[in-house]
Amino acid sequence: MKPLQKVAVSILCAIFVSMALATFLLPAHYARQYRDIPNAAPSTTHPLGTDALCRDSLSRLLYGTRVSLLLAPAAALLSTLIAAFLGSVAGLLGGPFERIVLAATDLSLALPWLFLLLVVRAMLPLDVPPLVSVVIAFLMMGLLGWQASVRVICAAARGVRDSDFLLLARSTGCRPARLVWRHVAPNLRPLFYAQFFISIPLFILTEANLSILGLGVMEPMPSWGNLMRGFEDFSTLSANPWRLVPLVLLVIVVMCFQLVLPQQEVTQ
Amino acid sequence: MINHEKPAILFRHALRRFSLLLCLGIGGALFSATLVRFAPGYGVQERELDPRWSPQSIEALRQKQMLQGGLVSYYLHYLSALAHGDLGESESLKRPVRELLRQRLPVTGNSVIRGLGVAWLAATLLASLGIASRGWFFEASTTAFNSLLLSLPSAVVAMLAVQLRAPVFFAIALAVFPRLYSYIRNLLVRSYDQPHVLAARARGLGGSAIFLRHVLPSAAPPLLALLGVSFAISFGAAIPIEALCDSPGLGQLAWQAALSRDLPLIVNVTLVVALVMLAANSLAELAGRTFSGEAQ
Repeated sequence: MKPLQKVAVSILCAIFVSMALATFLLPAHYARQYRDIPNAAPSTTHPLGTDALCRDSLSRLLYGTRVSLLLAPAAALLSTLIAAFLGSVAGLLGGPFERIVLAATDLSLALPWLFLLLVVRAMLPLDVPPLVSVVIAFLMMGLLGWQASVRVICAAARGVRDSDFLLLARSTGCRPARLVWRHVAPNLRPLFYAQFFISIPLFILTEANLSILGLGVMEPMPSWGNLMRGFEDFSTLSANPWRLVPLVLLVIVVMCFQLVLPQQEVTQ
Repeated sequence: MINHEKPAILFRHALRRFSLLLCLGIGGALFSATLVRFAPGYGVQERELDPRWSPQSIEALRQKQMLQGGLVSYYLHYLSALAHGDLGESESLKRPVRELLRQRLPVTGNSVIRGLGVAWLAATLLASLGIASRGWFFEASTTAFNSLLLSLPSAVVAMLAVQLRAPVFFAIALAVFPRLYSYIRNLLVRSYDQPHVLAARARGLGGSAIFLRHVLPSAAPPLLALLGVSFAISFGAAIPIEALCDSPGLGQLAWQAALSRDLPLIVNVTLVVALVMLAANSLAELAGRTFSGEAQ
């Protein structure tokens, strides 16, 4: 691992630890209002000040970090599982099933992803409780974000299908279940991990975009995207530059993920 | 391969792509119709909640709805309307979807084409400069700048554009540029490292001759494929950018439709965008095939 990658991993670990310990670090509940101090500047009691609705910004940032950083990997896991299943089965079976899966993948890849997300979001009710909006946002991303990974996994599975060791295992009478478990899965596992890690920053950015547009995580539940909705009012932002902290944190995390991933896997 | 067979193969390929596009269009239209038909609240009219309407009139309204309610007749009605260019009416804006698309598509098309032009120019120039200079400082600074842009959500880029009073196409260019740059750079590096390019360089061929005769022919087909993909990326980026920059394009229309749960509008906008994307991808692929055929 290169020194820069080690730094990125350390930063990610620190952020994940602070996210996990958010309950103990929180100065107050994310929705609690201090009605006498709206838009307060940083102080000892409120290290990042308060927002326009008098809520503690640090508490909202820590809780928002937890929401974004727990659920983006969850969505990435879901999409990777779908891609792993579809890609592996298509690659191993080949024939018409592979052609259908690849055609569906090509079709979905040609579509702008945000349009698809908007269609699905429009089908669901908008006035839902905040927790349900979180689940909807990340389920949508997990269920619709598998296309890019399927192509890569399918190509790798095709390579494994045509390999000599699989032919040897088949000729020795290895049963299909054992064949998949002992020979195919271990060869594809590194690819699954790579696809999982590639998807995380993508989902973090998508959640931010959706929440800024008012279609992601709903108030009062904070997320990075939600916390950035106030950026439209630039006059407040230039007077209170500490409000940029969620954006800085998001950029750092996404950049760290980009650095941690080996370059050849990103460009695949 | 005999030369006169190439146009025939290309024509056959184009025909196959066109029939695929047609099938996908019909399939997409049926899928869109299904989404609209089974969406919660389908067939319920505001007039039913109006206390001035008598129960008999409301019953008559419901009867009328029932007459059109059969699934097969609904699909047939939808497809025949579509064949006549009728995409239905927007529930929130109370205007025909076709009229809205006619107004909004040129706005987005203009921003996307100009944005893509700027992004492609900047990405190609920077990638070529990086390869020509091969200096670590240039390399490190462009990679860092590119990573920073890749880490910014399109919506934040849009807000930045609003504050800087930059045009919409500039925001689209900023959102698309990092994805293009990293791909073009990797592709050019790979092409320049090929043995025949190294041999040409060893024989003392000039930089422009190497680029035009040896690098471009091998890099062109994937670059043309990237052109098709970059259309999809820029249309995706157009949603938050147009919504936040208040630009009256398709992206803003899709966002407004999603916020007001106007399913006939969002579904038809997506269908049209999908067909435009598929046509652009097919053209890019065809151009790539033509180019690679010529290169061979």
